[in-house]
Amino acid sequence: MTPELLEKYQQRFKCKFPQAIEAFAENLGKAMDIMPEQQVYQYLDGANFLCSIGQGVEPVLVFLEEMPIIIVTLGVDSIKSITKYGYQLARSPNKAALIPFLKSLRLISEHIKNTENLKLYFTVIDEFIDKTQTVIHGHNSLYESSGLVPLLENMSKLLAKLDLTGVSNFVDYGARNYHDAPDQQIEYFSLASHDAKSIINRERKGTTFKQIEHKLIMAKDCLWECDLPITHFSTDLDQIRIPQPYLDDEVIAVPDVYEDENSVSGLNRYRTMLSHLMSHNKWSSNLMADNYAPQMQLMVSVFEDSRVDVLAMRLYPGLRKYYLALHPYPQKGACDGIKVSTLRYRAARLSRALIDPEFDPEDDLMQEMRKEFNGLLSSGKPSSTQEMSKLGTKYFIRSRQDSDSLPTMFFDNTEVSYRDDNRCFWYHYEEYDEADEIVPNEYQNDEKIVDSADSLPPRFYDEWDYISQSYRPDWTTVYERLHPSGEANKIDQLMSKHGELAKRLKTMIEILKPQNKKRIRFQEEGEELDLDIALRSLIDFKSGQIPDLRINYSTTTDSRNIAVMLLVDSSESLNNINPETGQSLLELSQEALAITAWTIDKLGDKFAIAGFSSDTRSEVRYQHIKGYSENYGNEVKARIAKMQAGYSTRMGAAMRHAAHYLQSQTAEKKLMLVLTDGEPADIDAKDPKTLIKDTKKTVEELQAKGIYSYCITLDKNADSYVEDIFGSHFTVIDHVDRLPEQLPKVFLELTQ
Amino acid sequence: MCAPVALKKHIKEKMDINQYKIEKEPFYKQLSNEVELYQAAYNAKLPMMVKGPTGCGKSRFVEYMAWKLGKPIISVSCNEDITASDLVGRYLLDSNGTRWVDGPLTMAARYGAICYLDEIVEARQDTMVVIHSLTDHRRELSLDKKGELIKAHPDFQLVISYNPGYQSLMKDLKQSTKQRFCGLDFDYANAEDEASIVKTEGKIDIEVANKLVKIGHTARALKGHGLDEGISTRLMVYAAQLINQGIAPIDACKMALVRPITDDADIRETLDNAIELIFG
Repeated sequence: MTPELLEKYQQRFKCKFPQAIEAFAENLGKAMDIMPEQQVYQYLDGANFLCSIGQGVEPVLVFLEEMPIIIVTLGVDSIKSITKYGYQLARSPNKAALIPFLKSLRLISEHIKNTENLKLYFTVIDEFIDKTQTVIHGHNSLYESSGLVPLLENMSKLLAKLDLTGVSNFVDYGARNYHDAPDQQIEYFSLASHDAKSIINRERKGTTFKQIEHKLIMAKDCLWECDLPITHFSTDLDQIRIPQPYLDDEVIAVPDVYEDENSVSGLNRYRTMLSHLMSHNKWSSNLMADNYAPQMQLMVSVFEDSRVDVLAMRLYPGLRKYYLALHPYPQKGACDGIKVSTLRYRAARLSRALIDPEFDPEDDLMQEMRKEFNGLLSSGKPSSTQEMSKLGTKYFIRSRQDSDSLPTMFFDNTEVSYRDDNRCFWYHYEEYDEADEIVPNEYQNDEKIVDSADSLPPRFYDEWDYISQSYRPDWTTVYERLHPSGEANKIDQLMSKHGELAKRLKTMIEILKPQNKKRIRFQEEGEELDLDIALRSLIDFKSGQIPDLRINYSTTTDSRNIAVMLLVDSSESLNNINPETGQSLLELSQEALAITAWTIDKLGDKFAIAGFSSDTRSEVRYQHIKGYSENYGNEVKARIAKMQAGYSTRMGAAMRHAAHYLQSQTAEKKLMLVLTDGEPADIDAKDPKTLIKDTKKTVEELQAKGIYSYCITLDKNADSYVEDIFGSHFTVIDHVDRLPEQLPKVFLELTQ
Repeated sequence: MCAPVALKKHIKEKMDINQYKIEKEPFYKQLSNEVELYQAAYNAKLPMMVKGPTGCGKSRFVEYMAWKLGKPIISVSCNEDITASDLVGRYLLDSNGTRWVDGPLTMAARYGAICYLDEIVEARQDTMVVIHSLTDHRRELSLDKKGELIKAHPDFQLVISYNPGYQSLMKDLKQSTKQRFCGLDFDYANAEDEASIVKTEGKIDIEVANKLVKIGHTARALKGHGLDEGISTRLMVYAAQLINQGIAPIDACKMALVRPITDDADIRETLDNAIELIFG
């Protein structure tokens, strides 16, 4: 750099803050490397401009530091638009966002790549500000948008997952839903809240677990005959460490989204990953992790992973193409074994060599190990985890290098994306493995802890927000548990109490009991001539007897192919006692349920029973009382006998959950009977209309799925809302004590 | 119009029961001691009931036993249109007036054959009552229209089959009918035996047969999860026959094993994927 040029630049740089002058000196060289003289002037003008907007020195410092790099990707034209936008921010109530705005630009520029997109990006922020800042008297905006700073700070993470449209939708959702809740707005835009994660998931590219859940479960059932439930974990935002799928004694955990990789579709990636996990489940036995050094564990894992993969390919040869496509192919010499640790690189090459016979490891030791490995697995033998642990240890010891202990590890292209973290076969000696006296914690607050023991993994359901006319994704969390059991004979006693009623119902049942396709014979007029009868009549006629003239028949389809879901509200209000009889609503519901279940059982229709209650949207309890494949026997009766009431009524979520079972039934008609004593309500839904509208939406959704919903309510004042929700499909029971009689009758009438 | 084929063929004066004899040994692989059990029941002239899922070899077994015992067999596939007179017989018109024609059940009882009523639950319950007198100590059949009482031939035996898979309250046998039979339970053979059945019956090599059986097993695991019935041995034999025709195994399996059993897109895709994984 010539002194004249430097002087020219110095003259051009008008900002007189001492730190700015320092920064100018530091960054000028960098800028000059990248830009020709003319552009350096523009760069300096930009800094001058920011210096003059009255926001102190900091914007100038950030600008000087970041801008040269931004210009590389976005071009020199971006300077003007960036400074202009910065000025706009500085003049608005959101001036606090100026620094985060400038600071975030460098990472953002990597994602948005050109000035066109930069403009779009500014529009997204503008719209956000428009929607969130508080406007008084039309034009004076006084309060800042509280979510703007966290949004800018997290923008690069968002852009890593979503495209600009996705970001725009994400921002839009947050702006609409947290307009009046600054704290929640901040939480949302810090990407910390559950909703933020769900929205990101919804907007993400790739195949989500939700889309393929059913297929994955079926693949697990039919290919691997495994009963473990599948749950999913969130992979977004976790940039430091990508979580791996895992398998333990209770659950199979898979990522929530998979993008296509190496032309293997997301669905097939899920299937491949599942195959690997299931092969562990089928063939792996346990190893004590504490007996192996961590690096040794890595090598043992490689052998064990490869072993189960080879066995899986033996069982399902079609897996080969997926395994090979997804397994990395580390090139020879990709990694310099002097400066970095090659452990992972060796592991990946070894693993490739073990599962891919065509891979040439170009390494004598690996060839030897491969031979030994193939020997152990030859002629259909499954070998064992123990044998693999010996091979792994042996390989580790023989291949050890000085560089293995170096702190820098070579990672590129060594990650096998379909493999799990192997916690299923490594187990650790832990202190609490030994029996220990458990001291109860006095301070333990036993409220609000969702006890997930013996419940299925939670499922999330959207909820309808009638104000914004859109779904709030994954808004409710439904925990399904087995209902506790009581004394089954209590139900039998109830039944004998209602002996008279049962007798009456029995006659109704007999009438309803169908013959699949019914031919109505002996008709004088009908659809067709009944040849048998006609011939008989003719024979009678010829032999001189009086012929029967009813020689036609017609047919009716009288099939009874119904699947029923009985969904029972078990909210707190069921504990109310009917002053006349001294019976609580709960007891009445139990009786009604027992009699109805008996009726449906006698009719031979498929049915399931479940109770529900809720304690805010994060804990909707769905209690399994009877499944479709269970018989109506003592176990089910015992569960009905133990029914308890508590908490609130979040009906929509429970209905959606129940519907997902009902939906998978094969039946011509599907009926969901909801027995409730009040309107849908929950303590976290302050606007009473929210849950009513959501339930209405649920009913519409179910209708679209071919499920007919019908409500039986014990609330005398239900007329005001129940028609809104269920249309004409409801019965209000005024005399509560007649419920046990009414419920089965309603059912029979509905299914006649 | 709904008279079984067996009956239509025999609208003639002279009856030759021997045409119902099975000349050639049908292929049947004995899985347990069912042959001996059946033989004992036949010797004691006890009515038999064979139960099992569709396509697992019930009919083939009965056919095989008839061949082994050297007795004629008259089969009737039941449906809901079958009436009592379809089984027992009826008067028909001819140029001279009317003429009695025996139904399959009467024929078997009169001349001494095994009468095999396939998928009996499909017939209406009132129809089945006509077999009652034949299936207890009386062993007789009264033709009330004709005014004749037939004493069953000593060789006569009644065999029914039924598929408990269909069993719903609506389609079940009456207790009074059920309790006249001895029963044999059938199920799909174990993998090895099933593969050898598919191999022999479908004339393919054992490796392909093993794969077909493996596919069958994957589908049986889905029974109750959207599938009413798994893939039967019969369908596997179909697939084998298609493969014999030179069809690529994957296409043959999709055509013979998957398409017939389900209309559900998810299940279809899962099974298609299983086929691709198994055939590679």
